[in-house]
Amino acid sequence: MSQAESAITDAVAGALATHETGSGANRRRRWRRRYGLAALGAIVVVVWALLALLAPWITPYPPNAVNVAGRLTAPSAAHWLGTDELGRDVLTRIVFGARTSLTVGFTVVLIGGAIGTLVGGVAAYARGWAEEALMRATDLMFCFPPIILAMAIAAALGIGTRNTVIAMLVVWWPKFARLARSLVLGQRSLEYVAAARTIGFRPTHILFREILPNAVGPLIVLVTLDLGNAILVFAGLSFLGLGVVPPTPEWGSMVSEGRELVSQWWVATFPGLAILTVVIGFNFVGDGLRDWLDPHARRR
Amino acid sequence: MLRYIASRLLTSAAMVLAATLIVFLIANTVPGDPVLTQLGDVAANNPEMVAAYRHKWGLDLPMWDRYEIFLRGLAHGDLGTSISSQRPVLEDIEQYAPATVELSTVAFLLSVIAGLPLGVLAAMKRDSWVDHLARGVSLIGVSAPTFWLAFIMLAVFYGWLGIAPGPGQIGADQFPPPDVTGFMLIDAPLAGQWNTFWDAITHLILPSIVLAAATVGLITRTTRAAMLEALSQDYIRVARAKGLFRRVIMLRHALPNALLPVVTLGGLAYAQLLTGTVLTETIFSWPGLGRYTFQSAVILDFPAIMGVTLVVAMVYVVINLVVDVSYALLDPRVMRR
Repeated sequence: MSQAESAITDAVAGALATHETGSGANRRRRWRRRYGLAALGAIVVVVWALLALLAPWITPYPPNAVNVAGRLTAPSAAHWLGTDELGRDVLTRIVFGARTSLTVGFTVVLIGGAIGTLVGGVAAYARGWAEEALMRATDLMFCFPPIILAMAIAAALGIGTRNTVIAMLVVWWPKFARLARSLVLGQRSLEYVAAARTIGFRPTHILFREILPNAVGPLIVLVTLDLGNAILVFAGLSFLGLGVVPPTPEWGSMVSEGRELVSQWWVATFPGLAILTVVIGFNFVGDGLRDWLDPHARRR
Repeated sequence: MLRYIASRLLTSAAMVLAATLIVFLIANTVPGDPVLTQLGDVAANNPEMVAAYRHKWGLDLPMWDRYEIFLRGLAHGDLGTSISSQRPVLEDIEQYAPATVELSTVAFLLSVIAGLPLGVLAAMKRDSWVDHLARGVSLIGVSAPTFWLAFIMLAVFYGWLGIAPGPGQIGADQFPPPDVTGFMLIDAPLAGQWNTFWDAITHLILPSIVLAAATVGLITRTTRAAMLEALSQDYIRVARAKGLFRRVIMLRHALPNALLPVVTLGGLAYAQLLTGTVLTETIFSWPGLGRYTFQSAVILDFPAIMGVTLVVAMVYVVINLVVDVSYALLDPRVMRR
């Protein structure tokens, strides 16, 4: 049985399992054990998203307001997380940085996921030489670690958020292509596909309207788990100076700005904590989604 | 078996070649101009100098001619000349690779030594505090940004406590040993410089911990899952029914079977460590390939980038091959398919 098929049967089994009887308190405890961390992760992610959305209205200072007289002040009532080398408020910049990180994370993963799904889905549905060609190209991309290639491309395109996103997209789609291929392969021999073909639907309709909606679960899990990863890679590239253009507030470049400041630890520490929390948040949500879609993998 | 290895090697060689083609295409389709990053502002505005520079590096030739030159050089073991160091790329790689191999090997050993027992214990005592600890360690290891972890480690153990040495491969007061193998940990004892050897080891601690952080989590998670899988098998129930000691069941019956997926992951993790040192090396001023790659990428030194990509792709392919072969040796069922 293929992954996709088992995912579906498992989802059914999971749906049935939730009808188990049990007292209310028991059921709540079980739910907390199963999805408690996922809920926590969701809360963290939502809080960051809200902060990013409302950044200009909730931050006490403009993100790029330079104040040389008040540079490198320790966390205080006026500056909760201190100020950096140019006297800019670290808290404000972290909140604004959430905008960049979340936008880039979602853009890379959603577009990269769409490209990969397209490649893998078409390969699996077409079979033959098209599949061979597409999947060999995908294998090729696995030959080098993404960060080296992304680094070279980002450097070549010139520094800037958009260019870095493009560089990341070039290396981001292959894992989605592999997953989408295996999912579509699992579906295409099922009866409903044969039925759709008999009715006379066009191949594009069958692939995009019939098969993919049935195979989308694991893809969503990968997207969620990958969001944290994308945010990490982008922050890493930014740290190296290949991400945002200064003075754009961004977590990776903020850590980079503070990397020499050991006694002014707050400059680099807090942006790093921001990355850590948001990545852990996405990981919790992704794990929860996976457990929900595939109860067999639960607690592994 | 030999035939399998031979056919795999052949496809691998083709893959590596295709990988260079991809990098070459990317290098040639992106708009960046190495001339402008290399020459100063004055020279870059002087058309004659730009033309001379282009000619010198063969940048005035058509794209396919340049790829042909690259392939021809490759056949002779020549990776071209680095634009920034003005030396053969192969020499550069030979110089920088040992430091990276040393760092990632130590990091790999660290992650196995920490991850394997932690994963086994977590599976044995499921839902106990060990299990939660394992989960927490792997979660933070995977989620914490490398560069931030490096900053925290340096700030705490070097800046505040002063118990670890700062960045670099050896301290400023040490003389590097004469270059025999290129590996600091081998050359120093060979030259009888035990102080340097000790100094080099202390310098390895922080960067290897930082580098290992992500792989510890991966190995712990995989070991735990594989152990749980093995423990749910019938032969474990039989062993239990026979009244064997718990320790014997765990270590002799379950563990060997659980190791299969761990071997695969271990190989991938090692490849990841070898090629994922860019950030760690940059922060710790580690004279390895990662830092070399970063420096080459920033100034668009394409011969160097091509060379590193080639080496990296080869490392990936070879490690994958070794993993698959060891898999077949460990699990006879694989070969029968």
